[in-house]
Amino acid sequence: MLWIAGFLVVAGLFFFAVGVLGILRFPDFYTRLHAAGKCDSLAAVLVIAGVALYNLADFSLANLLVSLKILAIAAFVFVASPTATHAITKAALVIGVEPWSKKDQEQ
Amino acid sequence: METFFLICSVVFMILLALCLVRVVGGPTVLDRIVGGNVIGTKVTVLLLIIGVLYQEVEMFVDIAIAYALLNFITTLGAAKYFLHRGKAGLQEND
Repeated sequence: MLWIAGFLVVAGLFFFAVGVLGILRFPDFYTRLHAAGKCDSLAAVLVIAGVALYNLADFSLANLLVSLKILAIAAFVFVASPTATHAITKAALVIGVEPWSKKDQEQ
Repeated sequence: METFFLICSVVFMILLALCLVRVVGGPTVLDRIVGGNVIGTKVTVLLLIIGVLYQEVEMFVDIAIAYALLNFITTLGAAKYFLHRGKAGLQEND
């Protein structure tokens, strides 16, 4: 159980690192949003599931309830993070942020 | 296992500091909002790990829930504000 929890946390850390790399390195706003939105929701759910499993290692009713609460956070993040990303994307599209194109690359 | 979670939280802090680069130097306002949103998600997870380290997860879970809700509402509010403000919000940084 502990090994699975540790593996989940490390996998989440990996995806967080990839997301941060994308946020720092991608050329324009929409690609950065792509890295932030996807990597972030997946990584957060992985790490939270790992912590829930670790909490469940010494099993009791109180620990089970706390783990269910932690999984509720995971469910909320899984719904809320794409919604927030969608709202920001819509704001950027309506405002008129220019997408990156081949023209920008040549300059 | 305690040492493992301690190392994980230190790595989390480094990633948070790297996200702050985008918040400070992002070309448009929306880049800063995205950076803030990512930092909020990371802090939600970091609060849970801090709870494991202090061996009081049942208390820190509530703080993490509140932080996740607050982060979501903040991002939605900021996005809606700049949506209604229109192109004027982008001009200051160009």
